[in-house]
Amino acid sequence: MAVNTSYAGRTYPPGEVYEVSAEKIRELAEATASTHPAHTDPAAARALGYRGVVAPPTFAVVIAQRAEAAYVQDPDAGIDFSRVVHADERFTHHRPIVAGDRLTPTLHVDSVTERGPLAMVTTRVEIADDDGAPVATVVSTLAVRGEGA
Amino acid sequence: MSPTLAELEVGQEVARRTIEVDRARLVRYAGASGDFNPIHWNERFAREVGLPGVIAHGMWTMGAAVGVVTEWARDPGAVVDYQTRFARPVVVPDPGAAQVEVTATVGAIDAETSTARIDLAVVVEGQRVLAKAQALVRLAA
Repeated sequence: MAVNTSYAGRTYPPGEVYEVSAEKIRELAEATASTHPAHTDPAAARALGYRGVVAPPTFAVVIAQRAEAAYVQDPDAGIDFSRVVHADERFTHHRPIVAGDRLTPTLHVDSVTERGPLAMVTTRVEIADDDGAPVATVVSTLAVRGEGA
Repeated sequence: MSPTLAELEVGQEVARRTIEVDRARLVRYAGASGDFNPIHWNERFAREVGLPGVIAHGMWTMGAAVGVVTEWARDPGAVVDYQTRFARPVVVPDPGAAQVEVTATVGAIDAETSTARIDLAVVVEGQRVLAKAQALVRLAA
């Protein structure tokens, strides 16, 4: 089944609240060999002016990929994950993510385009805090190989 | 002391690090991130879908590479923007490990926004695995 281009421009309802925990920040920092003490030591984070340990710059992918599932796992979207390659990713931080944050992702499908045997799918997840203030924007592009490509 | 914009020059190398990645690290990243795609831990599955073997999550490589920048800036919250294209998969052998070499250089300095663009060269076995890996870092003047 081909990728469904009619999904371009779609915006999903806000996803579930994601509660950022110190332990998840620690796990992700350790897995990516991110050794800055502000990821794991609350005192080091406070010394930099943060109220909790600080997430690494790519932490928001955890929240974004959860939100993206509503789209990429939708059978009607036509995205066969065994044919997907991650093409590019971008994080824009409106402020750092810290432990204790309660964040709500909103998923947008910015574009779905076909380039020969490839379909390029770009999603954007806008992450906001409990007050509705923007925290991070995560833009991700997947390349989906067509049948026989 | 954190670096300041004034002491930077375009082209200057600011940090360098080699990060080792083995299968255990990928399993750890899968758990931490929630990305359990079997191409990142199951050799049989990876080969069935046409890959040379188990490959690292692109997001692992992206996340590990920026660690040199947060260490150098002395503040993980100073990275206000970070982007990359995934140029080549990082094949992770078993037994053994892949060596990911990261070099960070100053790509641009913008006094108006108090930011420096740090360009990351991320290389495995002599080949770039990330393209246009750029972190925008807010620094004091």
